Amino acid sequence: MTTADEFVDTSPSTRAAARRDARLAAVDRISRPMSSFGFGWLVPVVRIAAGDRSPSQFKAIGSQILVPLIGIFAFLAAWALLAPQVNTSLGAIPGPVQVWHQAEALYGEHVAERQEAQAFYERQEERNAKLVEAGYGDRVKWRDYTGRPTYFDQILTSLKTVAIGFVIATLIAVPLGIACGLWPTVNGAVNPLIQVFKPVSPLAWLPIVTMVVSALYVNSVDALPKSLVVSAITVTLCSLWPTLINTALGVSSIDKDLLNVSRVLNLSPAKKLTKLVLPSALPLIFTGLRLSLGVGWMVLIAAEMLAQNPGLGKFVWDEFQNGSSDSLARIMVAVLTIGIIGFLLDRLMQALQVAFTHSATR
Amino acid sequence: MGTFDRRIGLKGLALGTALTVLGVVSGTSASAEMLFPEKDELTFGFIKLTDMAPLAIAYEKHFFEDEGLYVTLEPQANWKVLLDRVITGELDGAHMLAGQPLAATIGYGTEAHIITPFSMDLNGNGITVSNEVWEMMKPNIPTNADGKPQHPISASALKPVVEDFRQQGKPFNMGMVFPVSTHNYELRYWLAAGGIHPGYYGENDTTGQIKADALLSVTPPPQMPSTLEAGTIHGYCVGEPWNQQAVFMEIGVPVITDYEIWKNNPEKVFGITAEFAEKYPNTALAVTKALIRAAIWLDEDDNANRQEAVEILSKPEYVGADAEVIANSMTGTFEYEKGDKRPVPDFNVFFRYNATYPFYSDAIWYLTQMRRWGQIPEAKPDSWYDETARTVYRPDIYLKAARMLVEEGLADEADFPWDTDGYREPTDAFLDGIEYDGRAPNAYIDSLSIGLKGPEQIKGTEVTGG
Repeated sequence: MTTADEFVDTSPSTRAAARRDARLAAVDRISRPMSSFGFGWLVPVVRIAAGDRSPSQFKAIGSQILVPLIGIFAFLAAWALLAPQVNTSLGAIPGPVQVWHQAEALYGEHVAERQEAQAFYERQEERNAKLVEAGYGDRVKWRDYTGRPTYFDQILTSLKTVAIGFVIATLIAVPLGIACGLWPTVNGAVNPLIQVFKPVSPLAWLPIVTMVVSALYVNSVDALPKSLVVSAITVTLCSLWPTLINTALGVSSIDKDLLNVSRVLNLSPAKKLTKLVLPSALPLIFTGLRLSLGVGWMVLIAAEMLAQNPGLGKFVWDEFQNGSSDSLARIMVAVLTIGIIGFLLDRLMQALQVAFTHSATR
Repeated sequence: MGTFDRRIGLKGLALGTALTVLGVVSGTSASAEMLFPEKDELTFGFIKLTDMAPLAIAYEKHFFEDEGLYVTLEPQANWKVLLDRVITGELDGAHMLAGQPLAATIGYGTEAHIITPFSMDLNGNGITVSNEVWEMMKPNIPTNADGKPQHPISASALKPVVEDFRQQGKPFNMGMVFPVSTHNYELRYWLAAGGIHPGYYGENDTTGQIKADALLSVTPPPQMPSTLEAGTIHGYCVGEPWNQQAVFMEIGVPVITDYEIWKNNPEKVFGITAEFAEKYPNTALAVTKALIRAAIWLDEDDNANRQEAVEILSKPEYVGADAEVIANSMTGTFEYEKGDKRPVPDFNVFFRYNATYPFYSDAIWYLTQMRRWGQIPEAKPDSWYDETARTVYRPDIYLKAARMLVEEGLADEADFPWDTDGYREPTDAFLDGIEYDGRAPNAYIDSLSIGLKGPEQIKGTEVTGG
């Protein structure tokens, strides 16, 4: 004879288990956004912390945390070992330690520069006070500090440039891509152009862009200096192709049944676009955008290097020109920075894709 | 390194504030007639060379700020970009080669009326050859009692080497920084004095390799060492620190400094467009004032400030080379072969000997060299040389600025040539002892060994009309 107790187990252990399950369910809910933001490797850690002691989680820790760490350490060790073997005319290639020191030095310079700026403003106040005293109150001026851009300023400049270029590229490529996908005639007209311009290197565009921008953008605004516009447009020219192609592909491969449905329901073109075309093409559009941003970031560095436009590319080139014994280490800091930022931008796009398309198939 | 920089920065700050305080004390008399620049936010370009020092010092020591100027200093990729950006107005002014304002004004290359109110320095260049060429040259150089090569080294020691290359059917290439650069003319002077023909410029030929024994081509200064290392060129003439850099990198040997080619030769100038000077006369004056103060600071107390200047210049935003490399020449010595350090106290002169005064005779020497090598295709009368120099070199602005500084108690009356007619005394302080008198340019051109003379012209690849 069974009692109800057997069915309704209210012992502490089972309550704990229920709580654990609830916790794990919560972890499951947040695990998808976590992995889309690139923190997938944290999921097993969180699960174990939440009380999931299954061997699969420990395996996951092994594969998602330990293996990458081993890879990174192996790389660092190889770098530290091999770097001093190569003697360039600027001294031996710096190892991880020197690079780390230069990263610290760059941060130090950033702080020092900010102090300089502070001192500059203090001096300016003094001068202006003197002017007022001398009876030239109308001559008082407030000017921005004219010091050099620090490493962090350069990073921000680069990010700003790539964002502008990428937004312009998206605004051109997505509508054009949709047009290409919907009407084969447009596609036939645009396709040859895509094929010809897609393989062109940014460095080939750069002189043309420079000339055109100099001719058209005469009265430059302080917020958008000519050099920044040149870099941004070069980024645009090189990064719009992946978005264009993928958008066209996404739109043209919509399920024919859906299109028939829209005909039956007699949907207006606007409705058809927003309800049918865009939702089904979004995953591919985002694939295109992700590729575009990656290309844009790569192109930007090259453009900045060649055109001497402010940003990380110029930083690298200037350091190369400086040819001091720290130059190589500083360039390596920049290389790692460029790589990490590129990776983060890619993750950001992936997260957006997941947020918009509800399918983390990639 | 970081903490070191910061210390320097703070020291500079402390000095700066001390100066401002001094300014308050001594500058009160000047406030009666303050100079208000019409344009106070300026961008100046420079090339990463130690002789851009007056600009860096005027900025770091707040001399620009004292004049109410807010200056941004921007390193440029090469001389051509720098000049073009000054002409288009992207840059308000720049550290320029003495030949640039002259060439632009007479229309050789990009045409534009550029003027210079301020000469930046004297000397400061060197000629370096690769280790391989040095080994081949060495047997032809007489030695001192201590077994070291006798200086100055003549290019005649290089002549057999160039012959050797020719026998093997290899071109002998050398780098210089720009067709109208001091370095080009110095390198040519040195080669020609040693009997090696550096080549002519033709009517439609801007390579300057007509009839040349040694082929000269343009390489941006910072790339000189790496180009030499790559074997693309066998030697070069460039400003510091790129000769000493070759010694440090152990890829080449400096054979001669321009001080030995022509003692105290004018080197860089500060160039602005004529339009800028007309539109913003007070700004031009204020900039000149700040630069004169920087030059005084660089040379005062027998170069006492040079070490600090070296620290400033070694910052990545200026020259960026290692401090010890820059210090090598800035502090009065010059290293030829590794370990062969010799005193050259006047290797870098920024203020002594009226270095900053824009002498017409300095301009005319460059014009004579342009004529000598065919960049000025036809003979010109002496008067033309004088007129051209007067349209480009503007001692009037310089003296006005100097007068203001003297009145403000920031400069010494005795340091300026108030009464000069703009011509330095004739000098024969050249490697080959030929006398140069700026008042008689044509006679000087005719007295030089290799080069166009009198009415000679280059037609195609031949000299005609001689």
